[in-house]
Amino acid sequence: MPQLLQQLPDASYADKQTLIKQLAATHDPRVRVVLNALLEGNLYARSSDHQVFITRADGDNLALTDPLTAAPAGTASSDGLTRIGVNNQLRKTLRVALAQFDLSSPDAGVRREAVREMLRAVDAQTVEVLRGRLHEEQDKGVRADIRDGLALADLDSGDADTRLAAVKTLAGSLNLDVYNRLSSMVEQASDGSYGESDPRVRAAAQSSIRAINRWRIFYSGIQTLLFGLSQGSVLVLAAIGLAITFGVMGVINMAHGELMMLGAYTTYVVQLLMPQHIGASILVAIPAAFLVSGLAGIAIERTIVRHLYGRPLETLLATFGLSLVLQQAVRDIFSANNRPVQSPEWISGQLQINQALSITYNRLYIIVFTFVLFLVLLQVLKRTRLGLEVRAVAQNRAMAKAMGIRTEWVDALTFGLGSGIAGIAGVALSQLTNVGPNLGQSYIVDSFMVVVFGGVGNLWGTELGGNALGIVNKLLEPYSGAVLAKIFVLVFLILFIQRRPRGLFPQKGRAADG
Amino acid sequence: MTTGKSLTRLLSVTLAVLASTLVFAAAQAADTIKVGVMHSLSGTMAISETTLKDTILMMIDEQNKKGGVLGKKLEAVVVDPASNWPLFAEKAAELLEKDKVAVVFGCWTSVSRKSVLPVFEKDDGLLFYPVQYEGEESSKNVIYTGAAPNQQAIPAVEYLMKDVGVKRWVLEGTDYVYPRTTNKILQAFLEQKGVKPEDIMVNYTPFGFSDWTSEVAKIKAFGSAGKKTAVVSTINGDANVPFYKELGNQKISAEDIPVVAFSVGEEELSGLDAKPLAGHLAAWNYFMSIDTPANKEWIAKWHAFTKNPKRTFNDPMEAHVIGFQLWVKAVTKAGSTDPEKVIAALPGLEVPNLTGGTAKVLPNHHITKPVYIGEIRDDGQFDVVWKTKEEIPGEAWSRYLPADKDIIADWVQVKCGNYNTVTKVCSGQNYK
Amino acid sequence: MDAMTIGPRNRLIAALRADRGGQWFLAVLLATGVLAPLLNLAVPPSSALHLSSYTVTLIGKYMTYAMLAIAVDLIWGYCGILSLGHGAFFALGGYAIGMYLMREIGTRGVYGDPVLPDFMVFLNWKQLPWFWYGFNHFAFAALMVVVVPGLLALVFGFLAFRSRVSGVYLSIITQALTYALMLAFFRNDMGFGGNNGFTDFKDILGFNLQAPGTRMALFLVTVLALGGSYLLCRCIVASRAGRVIAAIRDAESRARFLGYRVESYKLWVFVFSAVLAGIAGALYVPQIGIINPSEFSPANSIEIVIWVAIGGRGTLYGAVVGALLVNYAKTYFTAALPSMWLYALGALFVLVPLFLPRGVVGAVTQLRSRMIGAGATS
Repeated sequence: MPQLLQQLPDASYADKQTLIKQLAATHDPRVRVVLNALLEGNLYARSSDHQVFITRADGDNLALTDPLTAAPAGTASSDGLTRIGVNNQLRKTLRVALAQFDLSSPDAGVRREAVREMLRAVDAQTVEVLRGRLHEEQDKGVRADIRDGLALADLDSGDADTRLAAVKTLAGSLNLDVYNRLSSMVEQASDGSYGESDPRVRAAAQSSIRAINRWRIFYSGIQTLLFGLSQGSVLVLAAIGLAITFGVMGVINMAHGELMMLGAYTTYVVQLLMPQHIGASILVAIPAAFLVSGLAGIAIERTIVRHLYGRPLETLLATFGLSLVLQQAVRDIFSANNRPVQSPEWISGQLQINQALSITYNRLYIIVFTFVLFLVLLQVLKRTRLGLEVRAVAQNRAMAKAMGIRTEWVDALTFGLGSGIAGIAGVALSQLTNVGPNLGQSYIVDSFMVVVFGGVGNLWGTELGGNALGIVNKLLEPYSGAVLAKIFVLVFLILFIQRRPRGLFPQKGRAADG
Repeated sequence: MTTGKSLTRLLSVTLAVLASTLVFAAAQAADTIKVGVMHSLSGTMAISETTLKDTILMMIDEQNKKGGVLGKKLEAVVVDPASNWPLFAEKAAELLEKDKVAVVFGCWTSVSRKSVLPVFEKDDGLLFYPVQYEGEESSKNVIYTGAAPNQQAIPAVEYLMKDVGVKRWVLEGTDYVYPRTTNKILQAFLEQKGVKPEDIMVNYTPFGFSDWTSEVAKIKAFGSAGKKTAVVSTINGDANVPFYKELGNQKISAEDIPVVAFSVGEEELSGLDAKPLAGHLAAWNYFMSIDTPANKEWIAKWHAFTKNPKRTFNDPMEAHVIGFQLWVKAVTKAGSTDPEKVIAALPGLEVPNLTGGTAKVLPNHHITKPVYIGEIRDDGQFDVVWKTKEEIPGEAWSRYLPADKDIIADWVQVKCGNYNTVTKVCSGQNYK
Repeated sequence: MDAMTIGPRNRLIAALRADRGGQWFLAVLLATGVLAPLLNLAVPPSSALHLSSYTVTLIGKYMTYAMLAIAVDLIWGYCGILSLGHGAFFALGGYAIGMYLMREIGTRGVYGDPVLPDFMVFLNWKQLPWFWYGFNHFAFAALMVVVVPGLLALVFGFLAFRSRVSGVYLSIITQALTYALMLAFFRNDMGFGGNNGFTDFKDILGFNLQAPGTRMALFLVTVLALGGSYLLCRCIVASRAGRVIAAIRDAESRARFLGYRVESYKLWVFVFSAVLAGIAGALYVPQIGIINPSEFSPANSIEIVIWVAIGGRGTLYGAVVGALLVNYAKTYFTAALPSMWLYALGALFVLVPLFLPRGVVGAVTQLRSRMIGAGATS
């Protein structure tokens, strides 16, 4: 192993490839650490003597660890060290090599991940290793994965019976590789020959494909539904703050998008303040963004909106001007460029329900988060004193005033609440899209549509309306493409408003006429 | 009130307007050379264009420290066309007709260039355009310092084909003219190289597209057919972040399906968390991480000028540095800032680029450029994994498109940007 | 004066006489129409008095915007319909004339195809789509400038007013309309040039578009169109129908109970306004030299409303003042304060509704009457 390591710094990419395979073949537990460091770009060579070290950032310097003894070897400045570079192909080799080590991990999840990793590049050696593993493996899921992988490899076997057995093993698999592989077997080439020469195997493959197809269609339906829900949730998220300021108070706030933008930038600033705790930063950002946008909202209400009650269209103009100012302010403070907001580990990745159905965690969290936010808001309006006063003022301002409600106070707080919710939406959006000065503009039109579609003044309408629009959009998308789907949704919306001029859930009673 | 009274008022107002026009007409004499800077500082394109404005301001600053040009100081005239295409045309006319600038550095999007082109041709101005673009154009009044498709897209695809062994291609782009043309050229190129049409998937999404779930799922399905697959991305600006995020979340890694992008550079990466992108590729004519003395010097100047040691430097900015130096050289050679003389002096001029080569102005008003392929590092910089042996001359018309085969652009000999060598006809020109 | 006893003609003259702002506006317009050609064409460029083509184009552009603002003021200021999608009609008019200008290019395009515009050749289209037929004739294109926006407004308005969509709901669906159109026109597959739209026009009716004479002719046509549309709108608001319209704005239900067919009044004003916007767009495009889908963007339509609000709604000439003021501010600030101009413009948009609720024109009138009042008492 020391000799192999010694060669690493000067090797070409092709040589490194061989070296890594040789290193992995030693099955030395120290190799795992070295390969991992190489993969993560932490393996350096000292320029003076070509000695290889595992490093870790230590202030401006690098802390060195001897890979052979695992003992600390002091610190050094990065000038005297050269990083041992890797490219995409090497990374793949590294991952496969690391996976072989992980195969004996006590954690079934890690083993499963390792098996998947190895199956990405199947060769004689991996088949050998996996076959050995199959006998020892206790976990059912891991066994199934190995079996599938081996069967997939067996499809290339020269023996028709082996292939037939493999096809039968794969019958229940939803793996996309399996599907593609089986399809290529029954496909007829231009010269009339089939990918698979044996008719028995072909027939078996044919029936497997039919079975797989049924399930895939079923799961892709669920997938579309989930995609639709996630898009709908983004719409609801963007609109729900507006459902309060516009829906309940009747203020057309064109700066609503910019309040979301403030929330997203708050996330960025929070991450700058706590760079070591990205995972927790989102949780801190949520209340912070609520406060920042909420206070901004109250300030807007006190200085501008307050003077324009009863003149909704003037509010539109003033807040539109305000949105221009806010955008430019953000451009001047944070630069015109987008700002990098990191996604914590627990938001990245996807939940693999089975091989045909998965949903990314960020979408899943958005769906859940939006729903929770909606429920909380509903409770606030329904059960708290503020909620009661908000509703009272919305229904009959004069009467509410007569009953001793400080309407001005309620106005400011309501506007602040809606704005604060917009800020929280901004935190969520920062995990999905760009954090830049234009963030708000891309959502403002959509959010007004959602509120109007759902029915002004009705939170349930916004929630259901947003999700319905999202699902319709995603159902259309495969047939028409993303743009036409959106156009159809808009046209549908226009026609829908003709049928029901006050939205999905119209407000009833006298308040509706105000 | 009588009709007579109204008439009197009509007349008096007419006279008043006449008088005020007299007062407003003021000529100004100045002994500086005016340099127009026309980049969007607000609106959707401000993200990319603001730094280009700063680059030119830095260049002017540098030049003035050296005593200016032809003994005169340079003066920047900055306008903001606000990402609004008609406003680009208006601002171009303002710079050329009102401010009488000697040269304009500006534009980013193709549509903004198309919008100002008639103005520059009518007023005989000079525009340096610093961004990679789709080709199919060569104007007498424009110097294209960005890459033509053969200086970016074709080498990148050749690299993927030969060095990575890609057999299946996804051409994913934003629905506008640059991706459409680039993909058209690439499709023709790939088919000439024997790639079957069913191994090519072309897809377009709108500007600012953010919900990539279904599209990425489609790419994933296309890429799991057992052949090595790569995505050639001409996705523009804002749509990139959600795209790469979705790739990362759906576990499509650069090792399985590499994405090579033509619009993602250091500046774009500084605006997002680059970790999920690590390993994906980009093709440019310049990378900030390339280790040459000239590059280090300019980056140091840039950091000093912006007073921010973290500011990134990118390909279009290098193009502006080259373009500006070319202009200074041409003005010195012509002994005049008259655009017509400067344009005549430009072809054949050479200046060193920042990566150790030379940029030479060709008769077709494009320049020679090296091509680099870089892998994105998690710090938002690039590791060069491949480069061309020498500079590639820019081609205005693609040799891979049947319609363009016989077309050349040559402003030295035939004096035409769209000359058919077979029929000997010069078409698409506004002037003789 | 008893309005019922005099004929419609006299009533119009009376209305014009009473319209002092309008007189000022028409006088300035007339002065511009006379002076601009003189200073641009007759005065040599070396002279200090020379008006550059750049300025002529700029004023021409402002005037098309002013026409658009009048169209919006007619429905918003007088009929109470706030359209946040009027940019769509403007853009449609522009596209109609743009299609003609594209066909006029003929073989002078980049690819030299006699029939297909460049972008179609580029997208490998083999023949002209059906909706491009006829646009090689100016008369047909001119007809379409009126018909397309008018028809869209008719269908849209018919549906919306019949089902009594009003207020904010109406504003939002007009916004949805222009937004949907923007997305549609952005698509390259639609056959309208995608994001790039139409550019690089060569000539109109055989005259070179870049020639000073042609530009001046376009300018004068715009002057006439602006003056004409002002007078026409003034006629409408001064007419009997105009008063019904105002009644609808102030109390829709009451007007309906009095037996007026509110829907048809609204519909026809809406259609007329859309047609005006379309004509303004058609005059805009040849002068500016480009039309593309960003004209459909909802923010553009909101801006039009802002012009009217800043000028002062419900006066017609106020709309003109607002359009000129805001657009001149934009031209000036984007050059003078390139990095700060959004603050200036944004502040203008915030402050005017707060402090000048009736717009600039309203403020001037108020100031004058106060001064006159003060003069009378002293």
